[in-house]
Amino acid sequence: MPKLTIDGIEIEVEAGLTVLQACEQAGVEIPRFCYHEKLSIAGNCRMCLVSMERAPKPIASCAMPVGEGMVIHTNTPEVQQMRKGVMEFLLINHPLDCPICDQGGECDLQDQALFYGFDRSRYREPKRAVKEKNFSPLIETSMTRCIHCTRCIRFATEVAGVPELGATGRGEHMEVGTYIEKALSSELSGNMIDLCPVGALTNAPYAFSARPWELRKTETVDVLDALGSNIRVDNRGSEVLRVLPRVNEDINEEWISDKTRFACDGLTRQRLDRPYVRRSGKLEEATWDEAFTAIAQKLKGVAGKSIAAITGDLADCESMLALKDLMSALGSKNVDCRQDGARLDASARAGYLFNSTIAGIDTADACLLVGTNPRHEASVLNARLRRRCLDGGFPVAAIGTAVDLTYPYTHLGEGTDALAAIASGRHAFAKTLKVAKHPMLIVGTGALARPDGAQILAAARSIAENCGMVIDGWNGFNVLHRAAGRVGGLDLGLVPGAGGYDVAAMVEGAANGNIEVLYLLGADEIDMSGLGDAFVIYQGHHGDAGAHRADVILPGAAYTEKNATYVNTEGRAQTGRLAVHPPGEAREDWTILRALSAVLGKTLDYDTLDQVRARMAEINPNFANSDAVEPAPWGDFGADGDLDPAPLTMPIDNFYMTDAISRASATMARCTEVHLASQPQKTGTDG
Amino acid sequence: MTPIAPASEQPDTFAFSADNLAAAKAFMAKYPDEYQASAVLPLLDLAQRQNGWLPQAALEYVADFLGMPSIRVFEVATFYTMLNLAPVGRHHVQVCTNISCWLRGADTIVEACRNTLGIGFGETTQDGQFTLSEMECLGACVNAPMMQINDDYYEDLDAGSTQVILGTLKDGGTPKSGSQIGRKTCEPLGGLTSLTDDAKTAGKTPGKLKKPRARKGKGA
Repeated sequence: MPKLTIDGIEIEVEAGLTVLQACEQAGVEIPRFCYHEKLSIAGNCRMCLVSMERAPKPIASCAMPVGEGMVIHTNTPEVQQMRKGVMEFLLINHPLDCPICDQGGECDLQDQALFYGFDRSRYREPKRAVKEKNFSPLIETSMTRCIHCTRCIRFATEVAGVPELGATGRGEHMEVGTYIEKALSSELSGNMIDLCPVGALTNAPYAFSARPWELRKTETVDVLDALGSNIRVDNRGSEVLRVLPRVNEDINEEWISDKTRFACDGLTRQRLDRPYVRRSGKLEEATWDEAFTAIAQKLKGVAGKSIAAITGDLADCESMLALKDLMSALGSKNVDCRQDGARLDASARAGYLFNSTIAGIDTADACLLVGTNPRHEASVLNARLRRRCLDGGFPVAAIGTAVDLTYPYTHLGEGTDALAAIASGRHAFAKTLKVAKHPMLIVGTGALARPDGAQILAAARSIAENCGMVIDGWNGFNVLHRAAGRVGGLDLGLVPGAGGYDVAAMVEGAANGNIEVLYLLGADEIDMSGLGDAFVIYQGHHGDAGAHRADVILPGAAYTEKNATYVNTEGRAQTGRLAVHPPGEAREDWTILRALSAVLGKTLDYDTLDQVRARMAEINPNFANSDAVEPAPWGDFGADGDLDPAPLTMPIDNFYMTDAISRASATMARCTEVHLASQPQKTGTDG
Repeated sequence: MTPIAPASEQPDTFAFSADNLAAAKAFMAKYPDEYQASAVLPLLDLAQRQNGWLPQAALEYVADFLGMPSIRVFEVATFYTMLNLAPVGRHHVQVCTNISCWLRGADTIVEACRNTLGIGFGETTQDGQFTLSEMECLGACVNAPMMQINDDYYEDLDAGSTQVILGTLKDGGTPKSGSQIGRKTCEPLGGLTSLTDDAKTAGKTPGKLKKPRARKGKGA
């Protein structure tokens, strides 16, 4: 390990680090624009200049590897002077439009100009102007402000895997842009906004709506996919204005998907802000009392086995627990959290988790994807798979519809033949998995929702067992969920009890009259037209499919409006926090169920959030272990039987609209329009 | 940035001719398999020689040919002024106006071109014969001022010689390339100033080289 001296501090660092990284370890901050720890080194902004003893000229610390005995100075007048010079160059062509720039207040250039800027310009020449680019409906460009750090180019090429951005022209005429004005085809494009150190790329839907210092920031977790990405919600008053990523190296590193970032405008549209009761075929506004009374009247005399409950994709654990307890108090075993009908088994925890953990992808050395398109189902996880792929020694094979995953993989066919062949060890890829030290497989929930889902699960389990995926200290069997509420629901045991109905049976029962009352906790993705004459209670936050069919609507809180627990696909329980209060008369979901239980005379025995959480931890100790992943014991799951040779199709057609929130978002509608509806290239004249 | 032809002028397709295809493969064979993108410049040059300029279809063709993203080829094509992304005349007159040439009278060369061809920078004559472009340093400062027409350099220009060169081209002839004042390569303007004597005829033979004295051993 080389030893070097930084500003008189002697420090020993890992070989191969750069001087800038060594400085960070020594606690010395180096200004920078182009350097970013998650991207390759460009060394083109020159802001990180430091002086090195016995070197004839200043060195760019971001691009200089550490060497034994280096003596670095970062705070001498010479270094200050160099940085001032670099800053002056950067500002030659940078407009002084900070007062009207959305980056103002959180701009690297602005901040560093405070320390290294000159209070007047020595240049009389006109500044250059650059035409606006059309990157995507999500990114507002103001390319005149660009300082050519190339972070966005490197992000698109390296992390997102869509090499569509580049620097064209040269010298003063260099411009960052796409190839012939094409919109970026990445689900991670919003991260470029965070990466841009100036105001060249800004958040388009958020444009001119707030200044960073006006916003209240709440650290919470995302629910629009099952990763549980750590996010920061910024609100002003009652409105969520934007969503930003928080660093969590084990989950999302510092990226979030475009849906996570931009669907937040859906939180203010189509909201259910008061209870509704259907009277003579029409939904009418009602008070909470009226709504509860309507439910109580309906439930009077209805047998427990005729009552059923389905929880939706965005349901939080607290409300699911309350629903489960209420249903058992009512004598019903018909509860199911597997809205999509995935044939997952709640009894073996390892059978429904992403056991290798998301960070575990970095140590895996072979991967089999079964009926999943991680690019759409968990974009950030796909970026990790891509990085692992680029590092080499990571053969990937996929079974199912062939899609562009942004990294090369072997396509083993669309049907289940290959799955059966690998399970029996006949397939060549089985050998690849066997020789790998840490092989992994990822089963998509789309595949498990098929009628032969349990058999697919069993086939995946036997692949895991036969190919050495389940060994001491490593479990490569992974289920990639799409819904934030699913793992929590399974952890709490929201599956039909003995003789109870599952989702398909409930829908069928509702149609033929066996189910008289159906309670939908944010469940929108079932076939509402087939519910017959059943009395449907919908508790949720958006006027989506479920609310349209409902007989009573109980307005709940969206994920930004409640303190709630979510379990991600790895089985990691995380706490979301309230950023804004639910609109109108809407309430936090578990409190609604608690209040309803009192009206029904089956009062649940918890009054505070802490008591609910204590009960959750009682049911599953995992809930007591917040933010951590406990390895799940291997068990028996899936069912033997023949596989249906039908192709494994991808469950997500439109990445931008997968749930009630994103379906209500105008921004996501625009993305849908650009990326799906108008597949033929845009001309650039249509804005 | 070099001007890009509007969509109306862009051909739909591009493909190498048989000869160029062979040449392209020969270029690619020079690079290891994983570094095929290194052949992008020679391939773009081939494409430009075949087509006269580089349409988008050619950029995409080369990108596909080398298995690299279109934007990477586009970056290269916009970086080099030698690559034309819009049609140019048969004779592409590129006048250097950078510091050395400018000090030596590039302005008069530009004027001569304008007057002879009747076009300004970035324009093409009606008959499609000439395109006039302003260039940054072309690396022939010693023989400034100079201009490049297609593959040839014309150096030590003045207004008169510029007109002669352009006139010859107009008439379908081939003007003499290189220095227009008879200078041999980049020798000094007024003839050689050093190494003018022939050592042998001066009656001197080079002295026998002394063997360098062996250095005294350091500390030994």
